[in-house]
Amino acid sequence: MAAFFIRRIVGMVLVLIAVSFIVYLIFIVIPGGDPALRIAGRVATPANIASIKHKLGLDQNIIVQWFDMVKSLLNGTLVSYYNGTNVSQQIKEGIPATFSLCIGAGLIWLFFGVLVGTISAIRAGRVADRLITALALIGISLPVAWLGLVLLYLFTEQGFGGTLGTLFPSGGYVPLTQDPVQWAYHLILPWLTLAVLFIGFYGRVLRSNILDTINEDFVRTAKAKGLTSQRIIVKHVLRASLIPIVTLFGLDFAAVLGGGAIITETVYNVQGVGWYAAQAIGTQDLPPLMGLTLYGATFIVVFSTLIDIAYAYLDPRIRLT
Amino acid sequence: MATTGQEEFTLDTAAELAAEESAAQIQGRSPWALAGRRLRRNKFALFFLALFVLICVACLLGGVYAKHVSHLGKNDTNPGGVITVNGQRVHVISQGKTVIKNGIPQIKFGGVPIGPQWGAAGGQYILGADTLGRDVATRVLYGGFNSLFIGIISALICTFLSVVFALLAGYFGGVSDWIISRAFDLIWAFPVILLGIALGTALSLNGFHHGPINISGSSLWIPIAVISIVFVPYIGRPLRGQVLALREREFIEASTAQGAGPLRIMFTELLPNLASSVLVLFTLIVANAILTEAALSFLGAGVQPPNPSWGTMIADGQHQLANAPWISIFPGLMIALTVLSLNVFGDGLRDALDPRAKVRIEH
Repeated sequence: MAAFFIRRIVGMVLVLIAVSFIVYLIFIVIPGGDPALRIAGRVATPANIASIKHKLGLDQNIIVQWFDMVKSLLNGTLVSYYNGTNVSQQIKEGIPATFSLCIGAGLIWLFFGVLVGTISAIRAGRVADRLITALALIGISLPVAWLGLVLLYLFTEQGFGGTLGTLFPSGGYVPLTQDPVQWAYHLILPWLTLAVLFIGFYGRVLRSNILDTINEDFVRTAKAKGLTSQRIIVKHVLRASLIPIVTLFGLDFAAVLGGGAIITETVYNVQGVGWYAAQAIGTQDLPPLMGLTLYGATFIVVFSTLIDIAYAYLDPRIRLT
Repeated sequence: MATTGQEEFTLDTAAELAAEESAAQIQGRSPWALAGRRLRRNKFALFFLALFVLICVACLLGGVYAKHVSHLGKNDTNPGGVITVNGQRVHVISQGKTVIKNGIPQIKFGGVPIGPQWGAAGGQYILGADTLGRDVATRVLYGGFNSLFIGIISALICTFLSVVFALLAGYFGGVSDWIISRAFDLIWAFPVILLGIALGTALSLNGFHHGPINISGSSLWIPIAVISIVFVPYIGRPLRGQVLALREREFIEASTAQGAGPLRIMFTELLPNLASSVLVLFTLIVANAILTEAALSFLGAGVQPPNPSWGTMIADGQHQLANAPWISIFPGLMIALTVLSLNVFGDGLRDALDPRAKVRIEH
């Protein structure tokens, strides 16, 4: 157990170091990435560029530059090339909005994904199953940006006077501490937009898992013991079928918490971490992107370790090695 | 070939076949022929395959449409244009004017592009105009060509890379497996869309000019490269797992005993056994690549304007939602239809190739 944790932690640190170095290379080595040229503007003199380069430390060895950037990020002193704002501070400010969006959407998609998948598997081949399968296929085929815009068009004043009435505000974020009702009201459309794809996906995966599990020997044994089919589904089949869903949920949840909900946040103007990333992309600003990528990658590596631990707990056949 | 097909060749299908045909014809059906037969019976999957082909053909004919129907090229703007609708002359982009209503003058703001004409204006502006007076229908077709081209080519490259890496890692094991698996982990740890966007924006600013490779910033090859790299671990991992399992099977041992080298075993023994999974995963990756292209282009890190793609068109219309929703709606609808048809066909293909298979893109 101790060996497992030590190895995983060392692995996580190595992956994060590699990720940060690759991000650095993408922006420095690929032409068009030189920030000094961009900051100096169109009518830059060579002296001007050189002084900017020196100020930003860009005249040093690449390894030194990269090391300095990561160090200042960890110190919390890294600032944007574009407008001089503090990167860690900006990410911290985005976290409440992103977490509100993602935790809400995550609960919605987990609940409905499991519900829909279970109903679909129990009623396999009947009308309910066909309907759910068709809806799930449509759900995983919709482009997120488009879904967001269509919902805005149908339900907000940003649309044609609200085609179905102005039922919802057209975006923005109200902090939970300020007004819990407005907080939820503003987040309903973003939650749905982010959750639809995952509901369809989880429903499909769970349906096929349940249909596989139903044929296993332990389910036959449970039937032979005379358990009710409700008990068999909930206690035996669902427990075994949900294990792969744990992996999926862990990784997807980590990705959206880490800024992966960038399109939903942009469309609805929820000023979270993903929205900040979109801004940084627009201005080709390396320090925020470096900070954001590391922030996102941290979530992914930490959650994949947590998933492995959860797996060993849920499935006694698996040992942590 | 009957031996390898035995697992799928259940008594039910045998009885069905025997009922329809003489016994002599049953012999010599390969697993592929059986799969083709199952697929032909799945009318639902075939319908969506036909829909996908139809969309592809329509997008290929974008040039013909522009020349003979809409009379406007893909990037031809027409802000001051006037067209004839049912005998009346209408501005493509509405002009501001003052309307007297109940004796009170009211200003009506201009700048709103003309909506879908559905053929009322000859072939012009069937799906409406965008803010620059460009023909949305023409751009949907041209943009579709770009989106499909990016989706299909990046899926081909991604699948090729994944198969090669999976074979190398799974067959050789040891050091090569370790290196390839760690590389997969590394790409996996990157937030996909953030990695795609970081690469896409950095590259599209000035292009890529190193040695013999010369790619301009607006080239379609930039989103293609980005998408094919980010998806490699998603199919490389499940394929590697399959190779690891296949490597221990007797037929590989037999092949080694016959003196076959690694290359021969990888490509003539292992690869055919992966083929059905690869085919299904390929279909699903095309669908995912089209969605990723839309996401990247929406955020400005994919296809560069004025070149249309379904993703850039959605972005074009996002601030005109109240006045001109058709600019975003039609390209998005095309993406949804295309991806849906690929997903349905992919499901059908999986059921046909191996009714009990559990291949899916690891997520």
